[in-house]
Amino acid sequence: MRRFASHRPLVRFVVRRLAALVALSIGITFIAFALTQVVPGDPIRANLGQIAQTQPDVVAAFRHHYGLDRPLPVQYLRYLWNLLHGDLGQSEQTHDSVLHDLGQFAPATAELAITAMVIAIVVGVGLGILAAVRRNRPTDHALRLVSLGGISVPTFWLALLALYVFFFRLGWVPGGGRLDPGVLAPPHVTGLYTFDALVAGQWSTFWDAFRHLILPSLVLALFNVGLLTRYTRSAVLEVIDEEYVQGARAKGLPEHVVVLRHVLRAAMTSLITVIGLAFANVMTGSVLVENIFAWPGIGQYAYQSATALDLPAIMGVSLFVAIVYILVNFVVDLLYGVIDPRIRIA
Amino acid sequence: MSELTPTQGAFGTRVSLRRWRAVSGSAVWRQPLAVVGVSIALAWLLIAIFAPLVAPHDPLAQDFLPLQHPSHAHLFGTDELGRDVLSRVLYGARLSLPLALLLVSLSLGLGLVLGLLAGYFRGVVDGVIMRLTDLVFAFPAIILAMVVTASLGPSIRNAVLALVFVSWPTYARVVRGLVLSTADSEYVQASRLIGASARSALFRVVLPNVIGPVIVLATLDLGNAILLLAGLSFLGLGAQPPAPEWGQMVSQGTENFQYWWLSTFPGLAIFTAVLAFNFLGDSLRDIFDPRTMSGRGS
Repeated sequence: MRRFASHRPLVRFVVRRLAALVALSIGITFIAFALTQVVPGDPIRANLGQIAQTQPDVVAAFRHHYGLDRPLPVQYLRYLWNLLHGDLGQSEQTHDSVLHDLGQFAPATAELAITAMVIAIVVGVGLGILAAVRRNRPTDHALRLVSLGGISVPTFWLALLALYVFFFRLGWVPGGGRLDPGVLAPPHVTGLYTFDALVAGQWSTFWDAFRHLILPSLVLALFNVGLLTRYTRSAVLEVIDEEYVQGARAKGLPEHVVVLRHVLRAAMTSLITVIGLAFANVMTGSVLVENIFAWPGIGQYAYQSATALDLPAIMGVSLFVAIVYILVNFVVDLLYGVIDPRIRIA
Repeated sequence: MSELTPTQGAFGTRVSLRRWRAVSGSAVWRQPLAVVGVSIALAWLLIAIFAPLVAPHDPLAQDFLPLQHPSHAHLFGTDELGRDVLSRVLYGARLSLPLALLLVSLSLGLGLVLGLLAGYFRGVVDGVIMRLTDLVFAFPAIILAMVVTASLGPSIRNAVLALVFVSWPTYARVVRGLVLSTADSEYVQASRLIGASARSALFRVVLPNVIGPVIVLATLDLGNAILLLAGLSFLGLGAQPPAPEWGQMVSQGTENFQYWWLSTFPGLAIFTAVLAFNFLGDSLRDIFDPRTMSGRGS
């Protein structure tokens, strides 16, 4: 009975967050739509090209399909309606449907972003704990410099330097892209080449994909390593002198158990928030890093559609990224509520 | 309660009014990192002001053999058009620093006004403004900035505008939080009691109490502003050639990849300038948040 009651606030918490999520998504479609009204360009000429001049009936059908012959509010509703049916329009550059393009490019970014996040979390949290435990000793001071350096390096510059040193000078890694030319992509399961290659048991493909992945993901991770180190340090310091931690020590538990089990769990709530923030940094960084490493992902797609003023692609990509971003924050909020019961009630 | 409510800032800085009062004094100068940060920032500022005196050559003059290695004559080498890279890097401070300052001031100004309104009037005004910040936060800054710049046309002015558009919400939220924690205080209630109008209460009573911490936040944000502006210029959406802008110079280096000095030095300039503000910011954060204090035992 009591157990059941204690679950109700969590359900209400989730429902409330879900409602906010839906409201925010609608707001985003509105902004994406507003952008189309601001951005110069003629969607009809861009989409249909030559046909626009020769076949007026096609133009009419196109205008009708996208509701361009209607007043703006109706256009917006039409746009929402098409969205709900998975119709994001057609990219003017790739001449493919935007949804198809996103499906094509998203796994590449996912592979890069996930790897970078894992590196950043493992290294950043690890170093942060180390700095907190060694508070005010040389290790702590050195880590402070390293992490401040990490958040000050321009990602695009670091990417170039890394490419110059490790590809051009040393030849340790390939120069860009996801696979060497001539290497076939592994059978599609998730679109993450390293994962798919492993599943298919193609070791040489896995190794090739891994070699391509390692440098861009390290570069992308560095900013967040710096950020997470600083945050973990302060999150850990906030709890490390609490009485229950001293109690755990007094019980005779070894220090690493105290830190990992008692301190880190309490520090987790603030860390999870930062990890949400770190994800935003990865999205920002991936635009720059993908550009330099010729990584065929969402970041490059966004960049190319923005510079070419490819409207449907811009709308699609902003919508996609924003929704992924909201979902990540939603998960962060949920984790927050799960880890810290006080949040659910508040 | 009102004075102790912490507010999350741009980098999670805890800003509380009471700590702010303690800070304004000399605590900053006991932090070696802060001193280093201020020194580097001052050095760049002086370079920006006296660029014509410090730089050995005209940053735009194509007077030399192109693509020369760094040497005694050209400490940072020459670029593909035969311009002196050192002079271009030094002149770059004249673009990056004032633009970052402009960007931060504009975002601060906009965020300050909206945050004051939201925090003071609450209710519907608050709801609308805060949902707006939610919306902007929902887009990763660079993608939104990219789209805005691309549609306005790539130029340094539009890059700044686009970045203002994506960065005001941080300030609005912090200001709102500070206003909420000030508004309950006795002196604000007193000003209401003696019949002060909302506007005069806002600007005469609340604002002076809010402005200090927010300016600290803005200073910390300068480093970030330099990074974002350089990033947009790197993508070709900010400063246009032949302007000696750091991000733009790094991107020119990508076309002549093997000539490492083309992008290494401007990148180093960005790095040191950003590092200076982050050093300063981290020291201030220590003072604001006594639990994480470093350098002084605890």
